[in-house]
Amino acid sequence: MAEAVLRIFRGTREGGEPVEYRVPVATGMVVLDALHYVQKHQAPDLAVRWNCKAGKCGSCSAEVNGRPRLTCKTRMDTLPQDKPITIFPMKAFPVIKDLVTDVSWNYKVNKKIPPFQPRKGVEWKMYQPDIDRVQEFRKCIECFLCQNVCHVLRDHGKQEEFGGPRFFVRVAGLEMHPLDGLSRTSLLKDELGLGLCNITKCCTEVCPEGIRITDNAIIPLKERVVDEFYDPLLRLVRKIRNAGKPAPE
Amino acid sequence: MNEKYETHEHDVLIIGAGGAGLRAAIEALAQGASVGVICKSLLGKAHTVMAEGGIAAAMANVDQADNWQVHFRDTMRGGKFLNNWRMAQIHAQESSERVRELEQWGALFDRTEDGRILQRAFGGHTFKRLCHVGDRTGLEMIRTLQDRGVQMGFDVYMECTVTRLLKDGDRVAGAFGYWRENGRFVLFKAKSIVVATGGIGKAWSITSNSWEYTGDGMALAYDAGADLMDMEFVQFHPTGMVWPPGVQGILVTEAVRGEGGILRNRLGERFMEKYDPKRMELSTRDVVARAIYTEVREGRGTEHGGAFLDISHKPAEYVKRKLPSMYHQFLELADVDITKEPMEVGPTCHYVMGGVRVEADTAQSSLPGLFAAGEAAAGLHGANRLGGNSLSDLLVFGRRAGLAAAQHAKTTSTPALDGREIEEAERELLTPFERKDGENPYNLHSDLQEVMQAQVGIFRTEEDLQSALTKIGQFKQPSEQFSITGSRMFNPGWHLCRDLKSMLTVSEAVTRSAIARRESRGAHSRIDYPKLDPEWGNKNNVISRRADRMELRQEPIPSIPEDLQALLAEEKGTGA
Repeated sequence: MAEAVLRIFRGTREGGEPVEYRVPVATGMVVLDALHYVQKHQAPDLAVRWNCKAGKCGSCSAEVNGRPRLTCKTRMDTLPQDKPITIFPMKAFPVIKDLVTDVSWNYKVNKKIPPFQPRKGVEWKMYQPDIDRVQEFRKCIECFLCQNVCHVLRDHGKQEEFGGPRFFVRVAGLEMHPLDGLSRTSLLKDELGLGLCNITKCCTEVCPEGIRITDNAIIPLKERVVDEFYDPLLRLVRKIRNAGKPAPE
Repeated sequence: MNEKYETHEHDVLIIGAGGAGLRAAIEALAQGASVGVICKSLLGKAHTVMAEGGIAAAMANVDQADNWQVHFRDTMRGGKFLNNWRMAQIHAQESSERVRELEQWGALFDRTEDGRILQRAFGGHTFKRLCHVGDRTGLEMIRTLQDRGVQMGFDVYMECTVTRLLKDGDRVAGAFGYWRENGRFVLFKAKSIVVATGGIGKAWSITSNSWEYTGDGMALAYDAGADLMDMEFVQFHPTGMVWPPGVQGILVTEAVRGEGGILRNRLGERFMEKYDPKRMELSTRDVVARAIYTEVREGRGTEHGGAFLDISHKPAEYVKRKLPSMYHQFLELADVDITKEPMEVGPTCHYVMGGVRVEADTAQSSLPGLFAAGEAAAGLHGANRLGGNSLSDLLVFGRRAGLAAAQHAKTTSTPALDGREIEEAERELLTPFERKDGENPYNLHSDLQEVMQAQVGIFRTEEDLQSALTKIGQFKQPSEQFSITGSRMFNPGWHLCRDLKSMLTVSEAVTRSAIARRESRGAHSRIDYPKLDPEWGNKNNVISRRADRMELRQEPIPSIPEDLQALLAEEKGTGA
C-alpha cells in the first residue's frame, strides 16, 4: 500500500509548528480519513472538527497544500504524493488547537441580520421559478471557507466592519425571498460593509456547494444598495410612494 | 460548594441542538422560559443537517386523498403495531401544521405547479407525503430553526459535552459537563431538562451517523434513573455507500427510490420482486435492508458486497435537480456518475427506534422534570421507522417537549445541586490523565463497533447476542482503565473516553432487549425466531437501572381506542 506523508499543524494560540505523520493510502481515501488514521494510531489528541463526512455539514474546513478545502471531500489521489501534504487550520480565524479554529465571530455577525418577515396578509403560495435563486443561497453549509479566503477578512482583518460572503449570501436569501417584506439594505451598507467587497470572486471559487456568491448574491445586493442610497431619481420616487415599503423585486 | 465551577442557570435546559432540541427551545422561549441549548458540535452541524429525503406530513398537496388517518395507519403498520398509538396519532395530526410553521419562518420547500409545498413518494407511505428541498431537506430545516431560535434569544453553549445529569432528590436539577475547547468543567442549573441528543449509531462500524451519535442522552437519562424502551429496534438503512472503503456507510437517500430508483443484484435481477412484490423498492426500510443483505449473503451481491441502485433511466437534468447532493457525493467520492451508471449500496446503521420512555402528550420521562424528544425518545416508531417520519417527529415532539418543559418549570422551585455528585462527575473525567499505559480508547471503540456490527446487526441469534453481551461486559472493565496523552485542550481521545461509556450503556441495553425479544418484528430479526409472535406484539421491553445493574422487564403496550383500532383492523396480522 502506498504511503503519504502529512505535515499537520500542531499547536495553539500561543504558537505551534507542523509535525510529520506517515499514513497508508487506501483507495478513494480523503484527507479527513488520513487525519482520523493519525488520531487513532499516532496522535489521539489531534484536534479536528468533523461531522457528516459527506460534504453536508461544513465542519472539516482546513487548508490543504495551501488551498482552503473541506477535508472530507479532498481525495488523497488528487494530491501530489511525492512530497508531504500540508494541512493547516483556516488562516482567517484564530487557532484554538491544531486544525480547530475559533469561528465564533461568524455567529455574532449572523445575529445582526433581521430574520425572514413575511409581508402582511401574504398568501402562502410560491412558484418554483421564483424560489430557484433563493434555494441556491440556502444550500450554504456554513463551512466558512468563503470567509477564510476573503481578503477583506484574511489580509485586512476588517472583521469589525465587514460581514463577509457567507452573510451576504444569507441576506440575499432573505432579500430575494418572494414573500419577505423587510429591507436590509441599510444593514448591508452600514453594518456589514458590503462596499468593502471589490468582487475578486475568491469566495465563489472555494465554495464547495458551488454557490455563485459574487454574481448571484453580492452584485445584486450591491445594486440594491446603490438604488436605495445613491440613485436620486429612485429615491424621490420611493419617498413619494412611501418609505417604509420594501424595495421592488 | 460550587464556586469553583462556571455555572449557568435556566428554566429549561436543552441537551442537543438538532431539529428536536431547537424546536423544543423555540417553544419554551415562546412560553416565556429562559432557555439554554447545549450541543457537542457547533450550532447547525447536528445530524438533522444530514437528513435528505423529506418531512412526512399528510398535507395532501399532491395526493388529495391523503389525511392524518392514513398517515397514522402507515406509521403503525411500518412500526408493526408496537408504536405508542397516542404518539402516532399526535404525530399524524400535527405534522402538517409544524411544516407550515417552518414555511412561515422562512423555509423554502420545493413547489407544486400551483405554488404549494411539493411532496414525494417514500417507502411505506401510501401517498406522496414528503415535503422536501431536493435532497437537502435537513439543512433547510435546521437553518430555519436555528435562525428562529437565535432571533428569539436562546443561549447556546457550543462544543460542550454533558457527562452527568444532577438530581435534587427525585427530580432533575441540572447537568455537569466540559467545554471541548479547553476541557474546563461547567455546571448548568435547570428546573426542566430536555434530552434531544439523537441516536446511537456510532456503536456500529458501518453507520451513517457522525461522531456525536454515541447515545449520550439515553445513557444520561438511564444513569439518572429514567426508563429506556424498545432498545432492540435499531434501523439499518438499506442504502449506504459501500465503496470506496472510506465512505462505507455514508447515507444514500431513500429519495433515490422515491424518485424511481431501481434495485438490482449482480445478475441484473430486480430482487425486490421476491421480498415485497407489491411495494417493491418502496417497501419499508427493514424489509429492503434484509433483502439486500440476503442477496449479498447468498452470493448475488456486487463486487464490493452491495446491490446496484439505478436512477440513470431518468433524465440527467432531473436527477441533478432532485438529487443534487447524491450526484456530487458519488461523483466526487466514488467516481460514479449516477446519471449514467448505477450506485453500489448496502445497509448502514442509521437510527434507533428505542430510547427514553416518555409520556405521549408531554414527552416527559419517568423522572420528573426530564423530557426527551426526537431520536432520543422511544414510542412513535415502534419496531421500524418510516422514512420521513423522523423530521416530522422532531418538530411535533420537540415542540411538545419544549411546551411541557416550560410549563413544568413554571410550577417548580429552583432545585439545589449536590456537591458530592459534582465531585464524582469531575473525578470520572480526570482519571484517564492520571493513568499510565492504560487502554487506547480508539482501539476499544473499534472493538465495540466490530462486535455490534457482527453480532447485533440485521440478523440476530441467541448465541451471537449472548456472546456480544459477554464482550460488552468485558469492554466495561478496560473502559475504566483508559489512559490519555496531551492536555485537556480540545482533545478528541479524551472526549472519546466519556463517549464510549455512553456507547457501552446503550449497546448493553440494545443487546439485552434483543435477547429478550424471541420473535422477529420490524427491524429486529431473529434467525432462531423468524416469525412474528402475537404475544410479543403486546409488550415493550423496558430497561432501567436498579442498584447499578441493568434491569429488563416487559410492560404491556397501551391499548388502542376503538375508533383508531378500526382504522387498523384490516392491517393487523401481516408478516414481519
